[in-house]
Amino acid sequence: MLARRIIPCLDCDLAVPQGRVVKGIEFKQIRYAGVPWELATRYYEEGADEIVFLDITASSDRRETMKSVIRDTAKNVFVPLAVGGGIKTVDDVRNIFKAGADKVTVNTTALKRPEIIGEIAEEYGSQACVVAIDAKRRDNPTEGRISVPTPQGESWFECSFYGGREFSGVDAIAWAMEAERLGAGEILLTSMDRDGTYDGFDLPLTDAVCKRVRIPVIASGGCGNAEHIYEVFLKTGASAALAASIFHYDEWGVDEVKRYLAERGIHVRA
Amino acid sequence: MTIAVVDYGVGNLFSIYNALEHIEAGPELVTEPEDLTRFDGVVVPGVGSFGRCMRQLSRFEAVILEALEGGTPTLGICVGMQVLFERSEESPEEGLGWIKGEVVRLPDSVLVPQMGWNTLTIKKEVEILEGISDEDFFYFVHSYFCVPKDGSVLAATTDYGTEIAAAVSRDNLFAVQFHPEKSGQKGLKILDNFVRLTRC
Repeated sequence: MLARRIIPCLDCDLAVPQGRVVKGIEFKQIRYAGVPWELATRYYEEGADEIVFLDITASSDRRETMKSVIRDTAKNVFVPLAVGGGIKTVDDVRNIFKAGADKVTVNTTALKRPEIIGEIAEEYGSQACVVAIDAKRRDNPTEGRISVPTPQGESWFECSFYGGREFSGVDAIAWAMEAERLGAGEILLTSMDRDGTYDGFDLPLTDAVCKRVRIPVIASGGCGNAEHIYEVFLKTGASAALAASIFHYDEWGVDEVKRYLAERGIHVRA
Repeated sequence: MTIAVVDYGVGNLFSIYNALEHIEAGPELVTEPEDLTRFDGVVVPGVGSFGRCMRQLSRFEAVILEALEGGTPTLGICVGMQVLFERSEESPEEGLGWIKGEVVRLPDSVLVPQMGWNTLTIKKEVEILEGISDEDFFYFVHSYFCVPKDGSVLAATTDYGTEIAAAVSRDNLFAVQFHPEKSGQKGLKILDNFVRLTRC
């Protein structure tokens, strides 16, 4: 039986040599967590099923730093590595794969130029193309929005881009469905309202997307402990859960999370 | 002692190269068919569509077959496994047909692609699965799966909506649907088993 995946996420500030992992709260305040390849190696040894690197600086002069981060990581880490942030063209994808990545995540570029999804899928296969969606909850869904019942009442979700700095007006759930149609192999779904809060995943959002697509969904944003991961697996169809802070600051090891889940009947890779 | 990784212009070969390098297998990316003659083992990777892989791989067909018939251990990975079969529902192109059978789409009852870690059910004792048990997980990413005509080639299966061929073997020909290069220590163990075969 296919296991639910646990994916540590490294938000990388690449303005320094080797890069550094940082973590924000609701996409804002930033705290230092460590050196990317060192953290990645630790998570691999603890049993991470995959590792995501997001370039939160994402300006073109830092691409070389990301490539060296991935190169250093790929020497010792033999699980899939996904890289996102600032990917604009298939050439960018090629370069990051040459450094050792297995998947890319696209967000802003895919919203602005959806054809990139098909271009990546054509050359590297759908599995290599993860569409990342940063979703913000909005009140009072109007005609044409996909309405989701939440504890705050009927809501819709809006896609953000440019690292949470701007809003696109696009319905996040409709966009997930469109991304699948265009050839995305997976959706990385981040709740902007929950990101960095430790309040748990946004279950109504995650559930709404999982019920409308037939590709794997990675739940992201808000994980504060193993119980949150248990909850998202129990109550939604998410194939994977992504977390950052709980792993970075030694609150939980990946192995401890997996033990917690296995004891409660969630199928994870031992 | 070297292992050729057939670089026929599809997808991303860095990961398999890197994993082989890590276990000191001396990998080399081979881009020209005439260079394929001097290796102890051949790895045929593959991603993307069956048809595209077959079109790109066709210029290597004769030399890989020659190596195979000369006894060189050969390992197909993912779509590199699927192309060994006769045909696929995915594309009109014919497969290599070195293993009888076809490649079909995963059932509608499951999310497609299968993406993630799954366990094996080992069907026969085979060198490349030495040290691997039914509890070990491997990383799969695929939308289609192989259905061999002759069940005796099945080395291991996995369960995803139905019984899926995860590993096949016949003499010196081996193939796996999962990605050993992305399957942690157990995946490296399988690659190491393969490399040791080339050194007999």
